[in-house]
Amino acid sequence: MTDEGKVRELEKKAWMIRLELIRMFSVGKAHHFGGSLSCADIVSALYFHKMNYSKENMNNPERDRFIMSKGHSVPTQYVALSMLGIIPGEELKTLKTLGTRLQGHPDMRKTPGIEAPTGSLGMGLSFANGIAMAGRLDGLTIKVFLLLGDGELQEGQVWEAAMSSANRGLHNICVFVDRNRFESQGEVERSKGIEPLVDKWKAFGWETFRIDGHDMGSICEVLDRFDGTNSKPFVIIADTIKGKGVSFMENTFKYHNASLDDKEYQQAIDELQGTLAALGEGRTG
Amino acid sequence: MTEAPRKEGTRDRYGKTLAKLAAKDRNVVAMDCDLGRSTRSYDIYAVDPQRFFEMGIAEQDMVSTAAGMAAMGKVVFANTFSVFLTGRAFDQIRQQIALPLSNVKLCGSSAGLTIGADGSTHQSIVDVALMRVLPNMTILVPGDGNQTEQAVMAAYEYKGPVYIRLSRYETLNYLPVGIPFKIGEAQVLKEGKKVVFASYGPVLQNVVFAAELLERRGLDVGIVNFHTLKPLDGRMVETLATEYSHIVSVDEHSVFGGLGTAIGECLAEYASPGPKAILHRVGIQDKFGESGSADELLAKHGMDPEGLAAYVLGLI
Repeated sequence: MTDEGKVRELEKKAWMIRLELIRMFSVGKAHHFGGSLSCADIVSALYFHKMNYSKENMNNPERDRFIMSKGHSVPTQYVALSMLGIIPGEELKTLKTLGTRLQGHPDMRKTPGIEAPTGSLGMGLSFANGIAMAGRLDGLTIKVFLLLGDGELQEGQVWEAAMSSANRGLHNICVFVDRNRFESQGEVERSKGIEPLVDKWKAFGWETFRIDGHDMGSICEVLDRFDGTNSKPFVIIADTIKGKGVSFMENTFKYHNASLDDKEYQQAIDELQGTLAALGEGRTG
Repeated sequence: MTEAPRKEGTRDRYGKTLAKLAAKDRNVVAMDCDLGRSTRSYDIYAVDPQRFFEMGIAEQDMVSTAAGMAAMGKVVFANTFSVFLTGRAFDQIRQQIALPLSNVKLCGSSAGLTIGADGSTHQSIVDVALMRVLPNMTILVPGDGNQTEQAVMAAYEYKGPVYIRLSRYETLNYLPVGIPFKIGEAQVLKEGKKVVFASYGPVLQNVVFAAELLERRGLDVGIVNFHTLKPLDGRMVETLATEYSHIVSVDEHSVFGGLGTAIGECLAEYASPGPKAILHRVGIQDKFGESGSADELLAKHGMDPEGLAAYVLGLI
């Protein structure tokens, strides 16, 4: 059981990630706002609570791995890595500019802390299986965490890989599905409906959970049940809000990839600072 | 009574070499998409069943999984028919093998027309073109069994992505034994006058036979083995351009994007001090194949010994 104080701290870190994302994205440049904001709680729980991962052990073969399969949300991972001291904070501003280590989509050759080349959707789980299979051959005790987008589940390769994980008994794989309901051009269900997700994953041989992806208590609780020795690979369908935390970005596909003007930027910063201030007060009060 | 000389497909020696490598290096693993007994990747199973991964009929998944294993330090030999490997899983190869320089050896089996009776769906005739345009990719196409062993060893020693094009077409071990195999260095099999053949892979045997036929007609034709399609031995192309009047490229592949194209690119940019050779591309002329025996198909596309000899006679 994760204690209440820890849960609050992880929540606060998720909000700090969101605030830092907006600062990093800044004004007048197209970025993936919606999906980066929706997964901040999950990324916070993984990096700051669950995973055996730090600046000190980031090259240790026995470290846990995190793979951002929905590669367009990698800015959330960059911010978390900067909070771990792996990417210097000032470097975040170089995002997607010429010569930067912080590429538009994950590049494991350029960026410290990036474990997989993703971005072309649907390939992350297969890659994670490969890590788990090689780890097993070498007798390593590792856990592999993966974040899939819900739209990404429309890629057939995800299901090829899901069959493999279950068939090979890769119990040290834990997948989150960031179920924010929107892909680039509209609702996921309008194009290729992916529900019923719990039934689908169960039928593919996975231990399946469905939680509120913004309830840090629930995230921690379900992660507590995963230790890599489960009977099946583990999937958590996290119902989230696309654009979470910035009112005008929430529950719309319009900020999947968009740019902000000065006014929108200021409003986003104000809202997120307000939320963080309220959390801070709650904690001290 | 003398025994008939033994023939083998490059895939056969590939399997044996893979098994040898696996016996000496625990990091060597192989995976396949339900074709391991055909591609011969299954030969590794006898060495260590744990290091053969049956991925089922899921080429995209296999390639991405191979990349994941390579990220953990494994030397991964990923196998299936060439047509599916390079076509079905092209984006996975691009994104997760070529781009991050994954140490994966992509072994495309039953390549070319010589898969024969299975027909056009299974005849991999644009694989070299697809792999050649990918940055970071090395392409090796061994010509016979002995050379396959050398090529597979070279691919293993090279840290990075390699596409190895393999064939089921059985040939003699017709290449001279003892020539060192170096990635990127073409091999002169025979010097000649005026005309030189440039080819690779098992069809090179027909080229050698064609040169013998031509010799009986009093024509001394050169032969160069471009076993490495990428990086291409550009210096060799320049040498040939200077020393010969005609370069005849022979591709068991589409004439678009194969060796002929690669030589053509080189030739076009070469500012020769004197006259330079004309290129003639023999191969599959921008069409799909069909069912038939390997030899029938090669003959239909002008790549049997007689057809190749006649082509050269027509030039002179």
